Amino acid sequence: MNTGDTAWVLVSTVLVFAMTIPGLAFFYGGLVRRKNVLSILMQCFIIMCVISLQWVLFGYSLSFGPDTGQGIIGSLKWAGLNYVGGQPNADYAATIPHSVFMIFQCMFAVITPALMIGAFAERMKFSAFLVFTILWATFVYDPLAHWVWGTGGWMRNLGGLDFAGGIVVHASSGISALVLCVLLGKRLGYRKTPFRPHNLPFTVLGGALLWFGWFGFNAGSALAANDLAANAFVTTHIATAAAGLTWALIEWQQHGKPTILGTVTGAVAGLVAITPACGFVNPMNAIFIGIIVAFVCYLAVAVIKAKLGYDDALDAFGVHGVGGIWGTIAVGLFAEKAVNSAGANGLFFGGSQLWPQLIMAVAAPLFAGVMTFIIYKLVDAVMCARVKEKDETIGLDLTQQSEAAYTVIE
Amino acid sequence: MKYVIAIIQPHKLDEVMGALEKAEIPLMTVSNVLGRGRQKGVTEVYRGAKEAGSLLKKVKLEIAVNEEFLDRAIDAVTKSARTGEVGDGKIFVLDLYDVMRIRTGERGSSAIG
Repeated sequence: MNTGDTAWVLVSTVLVFAMTIPGLAFFYGGLVRRKNVLSILMQCFIIMCVISLQWVLFGYSLSFGPDTGQGIIGSLKWAGLNYVGGQPNADYAATIPHSVFMIFQCMFAVITPALMIGAFAERMKFSAFLVFTILWATFVYDPLAHWVWGTGGWMRNLGGLDFAGGIVVHASSGISALVLCVLLGKRLGYRKTPFRPHNLPFTVLGGALLWFGWFGFNAGSALAANDLAANAFVTTHIATAAAGLTWALIEWQQHGKPTILGTVTGAVAGLVAITPACGFVNPMNAIFIGIIVAFVCYLAVAVIKAKLGYDDALDAFGVHGVGGIWGTIAVGLFAEKAVNSAGANGLFFGGSQLWPQLIMAVAAPLFAGVMTFIIYKLVDAVMCARVKEKDETIGLDLTQQSEAAYTVIE
Repeated sequence: MKYVIAIIQPHKLDEVMGALEKAEIPLMTVSNVLGRGRQKGVTEVYRGAKEAGSLLKKVKLEIAVNEEFLDRAIDAVTKSARTGEVGDGKIFVLDLYDVMRIRTGERGSSAIG
């Protein structure tokens, strides 16, 4: 046991907590129309409540519990936090209490389904969203976390590397977000009437909180206060800075003006892309990862989405899905053992890490997409996932929560 | 009595208020409004997606005046609100049927100022 490591992971846990609420909540909340802002805040907040409970009751055990033999899922041996206490678990983190590792991972399980809110924003029924989220956490996130991070997980055994969740968190939620927004359909009036973010300062505040919290997400994933955490911290910061600047420059060139929304979006894309790579690459290569992610995500958000016409309302797929897949592949290119001896060498360092990364980048999104399709169809058949047309027009704040965010008259 | 409605550029409000004050017309009601004229609004860009035809932010002034103040009021607003660019706004003048001061119950011209 190491008190320094324990303190750092506890602090990181709080940082990752702040990414969902208030970070992501306000990042997304500012982007929707004013009649739907509370629905976004509510969805983010309730996910924190519901998935935290799911996690301690059985989610953690399914993800990190002893493998059932096929590398697919953990057993229920650790359900209800059985065997999860003050003693460290050497398989995951030898120097901190097992319960600290568990609660740190809890915050990842919480933010992952919350990222998908960006795709189905402004049109999903609250009850259906809630049921969908619990099922998705159980049948998509928990298995995926087990595959990649759990002892005995098949992707982990394959040698696939995902330092802080590029595949498990971002690619999985991003692809699921795409499937969801296609199945759910476009918002009423999409691309016929203007859809303007109702409060961009909220979005900037939320985006800044995401950057802030992401230091815990990535550097905390070292699970110790050591050189690896320091490397993850630095690469996270540098890739994000590069991506934010690059997006602004792309817009400047394309539209004559750089926008704050674009700059913040670029920064978030940078955070996503460096997530799987932060503990395996050096800071100079983090710059390349950041610059490239700005280009691919810009392409996805501004060009491909417009061409194909799907309504990924707040670009959960365009930023998290695309950025997460790029970051996972980037590990296969830029990883080097000089940074992390437990890692591997990527293509540019004479290694063959690209293959397991590509397998992960295909298999995980495929699994997440198919499962999301099944879960959605199930939920939609039982309770109808989309709100009624009239409710959508009035807004989800009033129709799903019976509240209004802003009063007009005191 | 006339009711003057002036739609002006928001950044011109302070100047217009100053000009009206100089013309001894300190009374007005001001509100933030949205609108568009011949230029059909502005185009905004969000994550590369253009949102055309959005309404422009304007400020609306409403001023009730007696006849002898009308030309002065119009003159003050026109001169102070003009930039020469498209979008400077408009002034509408309406006949005003009656005015009542709620506090005293006065009516007509004497209740106006």
